[in-house]
Amino acid sequence: MSRIKNAFDHKKAFIGFLTAGDPTLDKTEEFVMEMVDAGAGLIELGIPFTDPIADGPVIQEANIRALEAGCTTDKIFDMVASLRKKTDVPIVFLGYLNTMFVYGYEKFCKRCQECGVDGLIVPDLPYEEKGELVPIAKAHGVDVITMIAPTSKQRIEMLAKEATGFIYVVSSMGVTGARSEIKTDLAEIVEVIRGVTDTPVAIGFGINTKEQVAKYSAVADGAIVGSAIVKIIAQYGENAGKKLHEYVEEMVSGLQKIMNM
Amino acid sequence: MSKGRFGKHGGQYIPETLMNEIHKLEDAYEHYKNDPEFIQELDTLNREYAGRPSLLYYAEKMTKALGGAKIYFKREDLNHTGSHKINNVLGQALLAKKMGKTRLIAETGAGQHGVATATAAALFGMECEIFMGKEDTIRQALNVYRMELLGAKVHAVESGTKTLKDAVNACMQEWTARVDDTLYVLGSVMGPHPFPTIVRDFQSVISKESRAQILEKEGRLPDVVMACVGGGSNAMGSFYEYINDKDVKLIGCEAAGHGVDTDKTAATMAVGSEGVFHGMKSYFCQNEYGQIAPVYSISAGLDYPGVGPEHAYLKDIGRAEYVPVTDEEAVEAFEYIAKEEGIIAAIESSHAVAHLLKIAPKMRKDQIIICTLSGRGDKDVAAIARYRGIDLHE
Repeated sequence: MSRIKNAFDHKKAFIGFLTAGDPTLDKTEEFVMEMVDAGAGLIELGIPFTDPIADGPVIQEANIRALEAGCTTDKIFDMVASLRKKTDVPIVFLGYLNTMFVYGYEKFCKRCQECGVDGLIVPDLPYEEKGELVPIAKAHGVDVITMIAPTSKQRIEMLAKEATGFIYVVSSMGVTGARSEIKTDLAEIVEVIRGVTDTPVAIGFGINTKEQVAKYSAVADGAIVGSAIVKIIAQYGENAGKKLHEYVEEMVSGLQKIMNM
Repeated sequence: MSKGRFGKHGGQYIPETLMNEIHKLEDAYEHYKNDPEFIQELDTLNREYAGRPSLLYYAEKMTKALGGAKIYFKREDLNHTGSHKINNVLGQALLAKKMGKTRLIAETGAGQHGVATATAAALFGMECEIFMGKEDTIRQALNVYRMELLGAKVHAVESGTKTLKDAVNACMQEWTARVDDTLYVLGSVMGPHPFPTIVRDFQSVISKESRAQILEKEGRLPDVVMACVGGGSNAMGSFYEYINDKDVKLIGCEAAGHGVDTDKTAATMAVGSEGVFHGMKSYFCQNEYGQIAPVYSISAGLDYPGVGPEHAYLKDIGRAEYVPVTDEEAVEAFEYIAKEEGIIAAIESSHAVAHLLKIAPKMRKDQIIICTLSGRGDKDVAAIARYRGIDLHE
């Protein structure tokens, strides 16, 4: 069983996001371990990019901090390789396509396999263009995560059918960042997905409270929290470890338990 | 390979949230571009509102002074709103209206595209919001007020380098947040398909006219067609109808800033490499890890780290040539054409004039150059004065 599959096997997953290299890569490694110890089932690591068009101000600023601190794709791979000696938690990258294209898809995916990266979330790679990356990633055992949006509508079946790893359902229009209210009918979207695939579904964008984690992990198989975590790192910097642990622990307590296992 | 390709360039590299909308736009454009009523309406707007056709002006004095090729200027600076941007905006606004949209959003660098979009929104009775880098709102303060006067809301974008690239990011994000009633009126031949094609088609009115005009005046096609290139919309419009005329040399003039051997440059063709950004595969100024470079030019309209995918293709196949022009050369050309021909051309267009000053004297007297003056330079006067050390503020 792949590490991603394992994260959703008879359980719901809390997925935590942070930007690699913010404030330093050593700290990222430490923060990931804090989140894993606090019960995170899957870790999403952002590859910093100068122009993250799908991200709101909180993650944009984390990208800038990481790049200014000298974070590069090569250094991130080294950090993940080091993490892999400590944990079996599934790790997926969230990166904009240019960082992978310029590195070279083949070289990039090969490094993912060597270092233990399980999947790639690429916000600017829609279904129509995925053919240039997916076969290469697949050959290296790396899942390219399918994203489904509130506007996907009649595309949902087409997208879900070919999904591997897990499916990332974008809860809201716009960019990443905390929201007080999510208006999209997510249950309806998840139902359509369930009709065509067994691939687990996680919901992200705008989730930041324990109550939201409870609500959306009941609808799906997991909940993704990003900006709220990055905000803690922005506030506490190098000393964010303990706060992250506490925050993730609280969020994980919101996960819906699967009964009668 | 997906739709909207120019060789290996182009494509649709955007978030899933926008895919349905971008397909709707493709379908609408495919339908209306052949719809006689749409064509008729746009033609009327171009003639009655924008003031087309624009003049093809024989610059006799400059031709004599330089002593080489005959010089013609395609006067897009004389259009309503003062630049070629209106050609594309009227087309897209009409398309938006047909699609039932009530709100236009757009990015702008120098402010010309923002002004044109705000103008069309006023004319069509639509809401309008313009995204402009904070840096550019300072460089082009007059255009900010102009847009507000036209009823648009202007957002000063504070992220990243606070210039055109960041305005595009912010505008794409805004479109992702609200698509139902909104069209993103992209200002150049860039972004995801179908924008590079839509913008090129609406701008190709420039070369359609200039081709007919030069045939009437000279009885033959020009030897050189040239224009400045940022994203590349006026250049693509100026080139398009000549692409199959292999004897017509096409030259795009990029902003080199302080020079292509410095890091203060925006000359993508000279220093860029292949990448995927702003929805398209093309050439970009970037580092070895694909991080987009902070670019620089005196011209806010050419201060962009990429170039439209069709230009990238024309470069690949050797059909068009792209040359860098520095700030200093552009400013000298700005001053030269003002004194020699009595035309205050935009600092963007002055990049093309600067290269024209280099090549015209080396050409024969029986040869012909058409250089597009993409916009007028009123907006640049204060900035040029400051460049020359004169303390002048608007």
